[in-house]
Amino acid sequence: MSHIADLDGHLRRLRPPQARKVEIDLSDVTALDTAGAWLFHRTAKVFREGNAQAEFTGASESHRILLDEVARNDEPCDIEPPRRNFVIQILDRIGRGAASMWEQAVSITGFFGLILVVMARTIVQPKRLRVTSMVHHMEEAGWNAIPIVTLLTFLIGAVLAYQGSVQLRNFGAEVFTVDLIAISILREIGVLITAIIVAGRSGSAFTAQIGSMKVHEEVDAMQTLALDPIEMLVVPRVLALVFMLPLLVFGADLAGIAGGALVAWTSLGISPTMFLNRFLETTDLVQFWIGIIKAPFFAFLIAMVGCYEGLKVEGSAESVGQRTTQSVVESIFLVIIADALFSIFFVEIGW
Amino acid sequence: MGRSALHQNIISVRGLRTQFGSHVVHDHLDLDVRRGEVIGIVGGSGTGKSVLLKAITGLLTPAAGQIEVFGVDLTALPDDERRQQERRWGVLFQDGALFSSLTVAQNIQVPQREHLKLPQELMDELAAIKIRMVGLPADAGAKFPSELSGGMRKRSGLARALSLDPEIVFLDEPTAGLDPIGAAAFDQLIKKLQQTLGLTVFMVTHDLDSLYAICDRIAVLAEKRVIVVGTMDDMMAHDHPWIREYFHGPRSRAAQHSLGKA
Repeated sequence: MSHIADLDGHLRRLRPPQARKVEIDLSDVTALDTAGAWLFHRTAKVFREGNAQAEFTGASESHRILLDEVARNDEPCDIEPPRRNFVIQILDRIGRGAASMWEQAVSITGFFGLILVVMARTIVQPKRLRVTSMVHHMEEAGWNAIPIVTLLTFLIGAVLAYQGSVQLRNFGAEVFTVDLIAISILREIGVLITAIIVAGRSGSAFTAQIGSMKVHEEVDAMQTLALDPIEMLVVPRVLALVFMLPLLVFGADLAGIAGGALVAWTSLGISPTMFLNRFLETTDLVQFWIGIIKAPFFAFLIAMVGCYEGLKVEGSAESVGQRTTQSVVESIFLVIIADALFSIFFVEIGW
Repeated sequence: MGRSALHQNIISVRGLRTQFGSHVVHDHLDLDVRRGEVIGIVGGSGTGKSVLLKAITGLLTPAAGQIEVFGVDLTALPDDERRQQERRWGVLFQDGALFSSLTVAQNIQVPQREHLKLPQELMDELAAIKIRMVGLPADAGAKFPSELSGGMRKRSGLARALSLDPEIVFLDEPTAGLDPIGAAAFDQLIKKLQQTLGLTVFMVTHDLDSLYAICDRIAVLAEKRVIVVGTMDDMMAHDHPWIREYFHGPRSRAAQHSLGKA
């Protein structure tokens, strides 16, 4: 095997001789593997195509068997997948992409309806709610996310206050930093950052959990036991997130404003008391509600997409990975779209 | 050649001890595999058949003991020499363990591409021969593993294991998950390849049919070691309770019977 490349070169250059009959003497061959046997066989075949008779002589018994075996298996065989025209390939991908996006939109809408139906049934028959599972997910997705969510919004509040104050100082309007922080954190940043963290943290976990259950046929097993996977797996997760995200957003709001207040104190000299007075004076409670109201909707989207992608997992562990990525991208996308719609809505109703 | 020709035994394991944490899988395990034989490793679930395979192929470092393959202790070799030796064997994992992003032909060419500098044309020719030798259809080479059935994945895995014309092939439950017809065909394929290529086959199996049909010798793993090595007749005559139950059970008799008739 190690000298095969040299030998291949030599034998390939060998042209069919003029002679009618060629004997290939193998009596000096000490060891032969399939690669070597293939080279002898190929050379002999080239000779035969040049109308010479080619025969092996002096081959040992085992080498003879190997040569015959290689000859028997010398049949055409596909090696490369068929390649298509580059332009057609691109068009093909665009077409498939568009079609699958449409299919995705239709089927996720269907899934949305399915969850609503099962939730409505749960309201009628509250016994059907899996309380243990829901509480577990409330702890996992909600309570355990508090440190990371508050830390990040605290830092963002601080950065916002710092950058804002630098700009506002040009107008001598440093005190408006308080308004800037209050409105931006309460209205948008608190809820958006929280939703994005939760999508990355819990939405992906939902997909991976349900996806690996799918791979191990646990979901199928549920169905054969007359258990509804939507009721068992999806509804507890959706409800857990819908309950917990507003609370997380509340925490995020507090942390973000605290971060802003800290920077306002240290770099602008606005004392916490002053900050609080200004904050209460100028900021309407409506700003807070605008942020909080959005939270359950975002939570629903994140949990729905997470579970939906999990249930779409098929076959292998590789698919779990793909779906998890898909789930995070999709839920953040939907959250931002929904946020844009909310923002138009709130402006229209004059909040 | 030299040293390994002196040794009849192509693999020899002495005093092997493997453990995971405090759980000891093997203790004082000895085993010899002769050049050119088909040896079947049997044992109950959890007796460490696959662990033994992993220890010999170096996927797992033993806690104690010595493993010689081709007459050299591989753990004592520097990395590059060790790699040289590793090319002399091929391993078929349970579900083929094909690289899922590559086609079957590309899978077979991976070791050739990595270890040898061969022209692409020759690699394609060799891949085609291997594909046909393991009994795959002509269109299989261009397919991806996800497009293949379980039996075809195993055949492809075997073709990749044979890619560098190894001297030893390790098979981890080669017939598990195949239907009886597919399993019998796979047994015959292994036997035929072993005879034509002069391979040594180290086969972990649960399949009594495989044991009867193609194994020259059988090693039984129990009580953390190899309790007995021998031919099928030796197994039938042995009076260890587990061996008796295994080789005299109803399924064993059925396998024996069907082979006697065939």
